[in-house]
Parts: sequence; C-alpha cells; structure tokens
Amino acid sequence: MATVETPIGGIGHRVKRKEDDRLIQGRGNYVDDITLTGMLHLALLRSPVAHARIRSIDAEAAAAAEGVVAVVTGKDLEAHGLAWMPTLSGDTQAVLATDKVRFQGQEVAAVIAETAHAAQDALELIEVDYEPLPPVVDPNRALQDGAPVIRDDKENQSDNRCYEWEAGDAEATTRALEKAEVVVELETFYPRCHPAPLETCGCVADVDPATGKATIYMTSQAPHAHRTLFAMVAGLPEQNIQIISPDIGGGFGNKVPIYPGYVVATAASLLIGRPVKWIETRSENLISTGFARDYHMKGELALNSDGKMLGLRVRMVSDNGAFFADAQPSKCKAGLFGIVTGSYDLPAAHVSAIGAYTNKAPGGVAYRCSFRVTEASYLIERLVQTAAYELGIDPAELRLKNFIRPEQFPYKSATGFEYDSGDYERAMRLALEKAGYEGLRREQEELRREGKLLGIGIASFTEVVGAGRGKDYDIAGIKMFDSAELRIHPTGKAILKLGVKSQGQGHETTFAQIVAEELGIPAEDVTVREGDTDNTPYGLGTYASRSTPTAGAATAVIARKVREKGKQIAAHLLEAAPDDLDWETDHFFVKGSPDRAVTIQDVAFAAYTNPPEGLEPGLEGVHYYDPPNMTFPFGTYVVAVEVDPEIGEWKVRSMVAVDDCGVRINPMIVEGQIHGGLAEGYGIAAMQLITFDEEGNCIGSNFMDYLIPTAWETPRFETFETVTPSPHHPIGAKGVGESATVGSPAAYVNAVIDALAHMGVRNVDMPITSAKVWEAMRTAGTPAQ
Amino acid sequence: MEITVIVNGDPRHADVEPRLLLAHFLREVVGLTGTHVGCDTTNCGVCTVLLDGVPIKSCTMFAVQADGREITTVEGLTQDGELHPIQVAFKEEHGLQCGFCTPAMMLVGKALLERNPDPPENEVRWAISGNICRCTGYTNIVKAIQRAGHRMSASGEASADVAAGPAREEQPAVTTPTS
Repeated sequence: MATVETPIGGIGHRVKRKEDDRLIQGRGNYVDDITLTGMLHLALLRSPVAHARIRSIDAEAAAAAEGVVAVVTGKDLEAHGLAWMPTLSGDTQAVLATDKVRFQGQEVAAVIAETAHAAQDALELIEVDYEPLPPVVDPNRALQDGAPVIRDDKENQSDNRCYEWEAGDAEATTRALEKAEVVVELETFYPRCHPAPLETCGCVADVDPATGKATIYMTSQAPHAHRTLFAMVAGLPEQNIQIISPDIGGGFGNKVPIYPGYVVATAASLLIGRPVKWIETRSENLISTGFARDYHMKGELALNSDGKMLGLRVRMVSDNGAFFADAQPSKCKAGLFGIVTGSYDLPAAHVSAIGAYTNKAPGGVAYRCSFRVTEASYLIERLVQTAAYELGIDPAELRLKNFIRPEQFPYKSATGFEYDSGDYERAMRLALEKAGYEGLRREQEELRREGKLLGIGIASFTEVVGAGRGKDYDIAGIKMFDSAELRIHPTGKAILKLGVKSQGQGHETTFAQIVAEELGIPAEDVTVREGDTDNTPYGLGTYASRSTPTAGAATAVIARKVREKGKQIAAHLLEAAPDDLDWETDHFFVKGSPDRAVTIQDVAFAAYTNPPEGLEPGLEGVHYYDPPNMTFPFGTYVVAVEVDPEIGEWKVRSMVAVDDCGVRINPMIVEGQIHGGLAEGYGIAAMQLITFDEEGNCIGSNFMDYLIPTAWETPRFETFETVTPSPHHPIGAKGVGESATVGSPAAYVNAVIDALAHMGVRNVDMPITSAKVWEAMRTAGTPAQ
Repeated sequence: MEITVIVNGDPRHADVEPRLLLAHFLREVVGLTGTHVGCDTTNCGVCTVLLDGVPIKSCTMFAVQADGREITTVEGLTQDGELHPIQVAFKEEHGLQCGFCTPAMMLVGKALLERNPDPPENEVRWAISGNICRCTGYTNIVKAIQRAGHRMSASGEASADVAAGPAREEQPAVTTPTS
C-alpha cells in the first residue's frame, strides 16, 4: 500500500481531500446557507398527539398575523391532489393530515411568512380540534385482532399489517432444526434509533412564475430519483425540475426519503411565486424523519454438538410506524434482511417477517447500512455467540468452524444471495492476533477469580451492498444502476459528473483518483461534479454503500472507453496502427519503442485540434453501469470491555477492526469511514434510543434525550485491513461507508454479554445502559466471585 | 436594538430584534454562513464561535449580548490568505468528512492550543466534548488538533507555559468554557 502521494494520485494513494479547501474555510454551501431574493420561510405545525381524528382546523388568526403570506392545510393540498404522496415502499403518506394524525410530530399545517420568526410565531395561532383515538405503540399488539386500525384511509386495510415477507426454504429448515443435536434460540430487539445527521433536512424551493422552472435546493442523497418522484407527485414536467443537492451535512440514510416539508415548500413556491425555504429544527428531524431499525427478532440456530451449523430459522416483526415509508428497493419489504445467514455456510435457512403499522413516525431508513443488513448482521453474530456458550466452544473457534471457505465463492446462500468473494478466516485471524485474543481470554479468567469482569466480543460480519443489479432491484420502478460522464478538456484537464451524491464520503477526491488511475490525468486535474440534476447524468444516489460499487465502476468503465478512443488519436499522432500501441500510466507508446510516445494530455489536445480524419472530434463519454451483482464486504471486529460489577458501567478497553472492502481507492478516506462507523455503532450499542411512552409520546426528541457519543465517550479504534478484491467490479472495490456500523454493534454487545456470560446472561437489548447491565447481573445472580 | 459586534476584526453595526440569536446574527445579518446550527438545545456545538477568544455556543447567546464584544468565526481563521495551522492540520489528518461540525471543532481546537499547545489525547477529547461529530468517530479530529499544536509551537504561535494534561483515564480539570 502506497503511503506517499504520487503526482498522479491513482488508486491506493492517500490523496488529501479536494472538498476540504472550502469546508475548512467556512465556504461550504449547505442548503440553509442559500438565500434567494424575495425568499419566504415555511414552518410546519405538527401533531402533539400520536393518534387523533382532526375535527377542524382554524387557521384564520394565523393567516392574518403580521408577516404571514399564507397558511396551508391538508384541505388546501387536497384541492391540488397533493394531500398524500407515495412512499418508497409503495405505500402512501400524508403530506399534511386531512383525516387523522397518526404519529406525534405528523405534519398538520404550514405557515409561509416573510421571516422564519413570523412563520414560527404564527404556528401558535392555528387551532386544531383533535378527537383523541387510542394510540398503538407496540407492534405485537398492533398485529392482534381488535387493535385500532391506524390506516383506515386505505381500502382493503382492516388491520395493522403492512407487509409479509419470507425467504429461504421453510421445509428444509424445519428438517434441519428437527434433526439437530442442539438448537440455540435468541430473541432480541434492535431498537429504534435515528441517523441524526448534524445538518437537519430542508430545502429552498424556487418556482419561477414566468417560466414554470422549479429549482429545488434540497438535502438529498438521491437528487435524480427525487426529481422523478417530484414530477410524478406534483405533476410538474420533469424537464422543468432541477434538484440541486449542495454540500450535505451528513446523511446516513436520513436524506433518502421525500418528506412533506419538501413537497409543501415546493407547492407553496408554485402557488405564491416566490422562493420558499424550509429548514427543520432538530426536534422535527428526530420525531418525524426517517428513523432506523425497530426490529423484533427471534433466531433459532441448529447445530451438531461439535458446532457444525445445520440450519437457521428467523422470525421477525418490524415496527414501521404510521406509513410504510422504508427506503428500500421495491421488492424488498424487509430490505436485504435475508443476509442474516452472515459469514456462515448454512445449508438451510428460512426468514419470515411481518410489518406492523403503529402510531410512530414512518421511515425505516438504512441508517449507515444497506437496507436492514445491520439488523441481520446483529442477529446472527449475537446468535453465534449464544451458541458458543451453549456448546462450550470458544466463540472464535465456532465461527472458524463454520465460515464459508474461500474456495466456495461465488457462494449461493440459503436465502438467495450469491456472495462474490471473501476470506473470512484470514480477516478473523488477523483481528484475533491484533487484539491479543488468547491473552485476553487468559486475563478474563484471572480477573473473574478476583471478581472483576472483562468481556471479549467478536463480530465477523458480511454485508451485501452496492445495489442493483437493475434486474433485481429498483426504487419506485427505476432500476438501480448508476452513471458517470467524463469529459477531457483540450488542455488535458477533466470533469467527471456522477449520478451519486456525497454527504461527506469524499467523492470529489476518490472518483478523481479512479480517473487518475485509468487515464493518468492527475487527480488534482479532475473536477468531480454531483448533485445537480441538470448537469449530471441520471443516477439513483448515495446510500447502501453503493457509490463505489456502482458510480465508481461507471467511472472506471467510461475512463477505459475514453482511453480506447484516445488510442486511435494517439495512433494518428504517432503514425502507427492502434494495435501497435501500448498504454502505460499516462501515455501511449509504440510497442518496442518506448520513446515514441504521446501523453494523455497530447491526445486530449489533438482530440480537439487535430483529430484523425473520420473520427468524431472531442474526448468524452457517459456510461450507465448496471452491476452484475452486489458486493460483499466483510470483516472481524474484536472488542474488549470492562464491566463494573457493582454498578454495571461498561467501558471499551480496546476495539480492533479488520475490514475487507476489496481494493481501497483512498486508504485515508476508507479508514475515516470506518472510524465514523465504529463510533456510530458504539452510539447505537450504548446510548442512541428513540422510544415512546404508552401515549405515543416520542422520547428521544432532542439531543438531551437522544444521546450521541462525544469524543469523551467514544472508544479508541485500531483499524487493519485484508484485501479480497470483488471479482466483478472493474477495480475490485466493494464499498465501505457502512461496514463498521453494520458490524460493530454486535461486537460491543457481545463483549458486554461475554463479561456476564458465566452468570448465565445471554441477552441485554441495546442500548446497553449501566442500569440494564446491573439489572441483568442482579437477576442472573450475584456478581462474579 | 442597535448593536456593534466586532466580527473577525470588523465592527458590524445592526438594528436587531432582542430575541435574535448570535448564530442567526452571524449567518443572516453579517452573512457569514460558516457558523452552523444543528440542534435547539446547546448540545451539538456546531454553532461554536470564539467570544473574546473563548469558545461559546452562539445558538445560546443573543446577538445583543455580544454588543461590544469580539467574535471570531471560521471565516476569521484565514489571515492574509494564509490558512491557520488548525485548518491545515484538519485537511492533512482527514479531520473532516461532511464538514458541518468542522468550523466549530477548529475554533475549539484553536482555543485549546492557545492554552496548551501540546495537549495529550484525553485533554483534546475533553476539550471537544461539547461538540458532536457524526462522521469521523473523532479519531482524526483529535490527531488534527494535536498536529496543529505541534505546528503552532514550531512557529511560536502558542505559549508553551501550560502544564501537560492529566493522565489518560482521568477526567481533566480543565473544562471547555461556555457562557
């Protein structure tokens, strides 16, 4: 691995980020930084209750208030066919409530005013008469007969079921469970949390009354898909809609869905003829926008007494909130939860899931994970550790015994995935070595004798990321490809335009490095543009670790196509046949005569000034890449924690992370992604919780209740790598933005459980607070002697 | 109310509503959008600026309270076209990803380094514990601040008469001042 920057800065180099220059000088351009002439401000009135019928809304006083331009209610939107909008999971969601409110924080009315203060003040003047209805907050109770029906707006909906889904072979799995010598069960809840990017969601909608052109500056991870959805929802001609997603202050899945605020702001701008800005407060972000997880899972793992795994059965109930608005491919009602067989060679598996409507916020976004892969990974890694205890086998050894072996790839999993590549044992052995695993186990024994608690947790996760292929995966019918457009200018500099959209992942640097690698144009000479739908090719956006697997591949392919054309120009310049030329780093040369050479810059200049006769001038192209398969990053994390036997407080002593994301384009950026994911994984394991009381009041509606780790709580991380290239990706890369959030929660939790395992503790649900650990120790028996 | 706030060395006069927060004064009245707003509760710290050299959360102070005071924002870090060492170090150590918390982190780091140019890791972590980052896991932010300290010491930009911080697991006595 190169550690020194080269002039070209191709793949493998720690190129410093191009985007930093503006961001370290306060010259980023986030949505709230945009101010347009004549701009109005929108504020949303939200429901204070979780479930109620709306008897009436009186907005007269608000409309008459100073500075108020308009008040919009659901009834107003209904007149334009905009009171409801489609969700990414094929359901409908209220833009502004007309009939009922179905969760606390639901959008009820909007005030548009000259200033943000005036809009906010006027909200208090709107009178809503609510008729309370019984709230349903528990998904299992929601699914029982007789539960109040939340979605009475839907025809043919007589209960609170929002989907049913299954994968794998039920019969084969039942047989495996029946004949197994041991069946290990684990019931665990992956609670609701929230991505909480530091920048909340918002937009500035600017519909020009003269031309009808709608320019929408928007916190969007998927601007092209959003443009199409806007066209379909609002009935605007798509060529007149320009979505601009400027600098984004973190997304983590939260900025994938379309929220009512975007729709109302755009409708208001259209009707009023002035730009309208809508920016969420933090509380609005936490109570109403895309949450994550909320899966109640039960796993049964069948094994021989020697530890050989035979089958896995998983039953899951998901809590989807008031509208089924999970951001996921159309066919995948529980995302890619079928990856729950993980890194293990499981001959049989069956997964079944039921979704429940409840009186909670909708969303179900892939919070720094690829569509429910985190929940799946968590369950299997927790279950494997439980099995290790029941069998009396070391958790590392049990994993090693059951890993899919390198020679089994491509590996067809029992739930239908084709894993592209992996070497799980190598990653695990490296992690065990770096963590000093055997020494930790010895120390654990010694400390237990002194009444002290040390726990060692392992997670050997496998992800499935980089959707599509288009044949299998689509969002609202749009196939999950992605795109790259590359133009080489006459002076040999280049611009690369992509359909994805960075929210901090460093695309402006990483994708320039791919061009540098393929064409020899220094990365610093390649400008990367994203996020403006008028000026980039169509793409599905950045989430599910898909940018490198899809747009990164598209970049490599288009760079190679451009190089092929360049070869014809080089042949013309060198007066040789194209077949007589070879390529090296940044120049073509005549085979056997390395001195007869032209650089890519020479070729670029000639493309515009001296193209060969019969060849189209210019040097550019666009490629739409439909991946042949997903990619399957993996790794092993080993965590050691110390647990205070008196008060249950736990602290991470060490966290060793070995990640294999295939070829690393910019190792500095990859490590940064892993650090971030490990910290978010810790946050989820230790403190991040969105919960509700019996009335459906959201607890976790601000950063005093929804706890996020600071630098003080966040553990220190040690990161290492193995490299198993993806065989089907043009540069062998797999995607890494989410690996650590997917893999690490199970490692932290396994470590805490491991510290208590000798007391018989097998499960503590996240977030693992000191109180829960203390309770687990108390009910399991007295602290270790 | 009429106020004058010295922002990055320039006096800024304005007639503002008493309820206008300093963060919004800087962003909307002065037009410096490098200071961000991320929560409603003084927890996230992305609005941090320096008030007479001390980090404060500008979402929790009214603009009128800053009347006559000196404010440094991220836009004031670059002097005569030269980046401040803390800015350089954040880029070199990959101390930022989405960049939303970065202006605040750099200002807090700068204030820390002016007290102690060679802070141990835990002192840096404590100093920035009023500021949330969702992207970096803090690892490289800590490294960046330490690196900037070394640069500033080398160029004589910080005084070196402050005692080294406490041991790793001990919570440092020095706290991040807030108003």
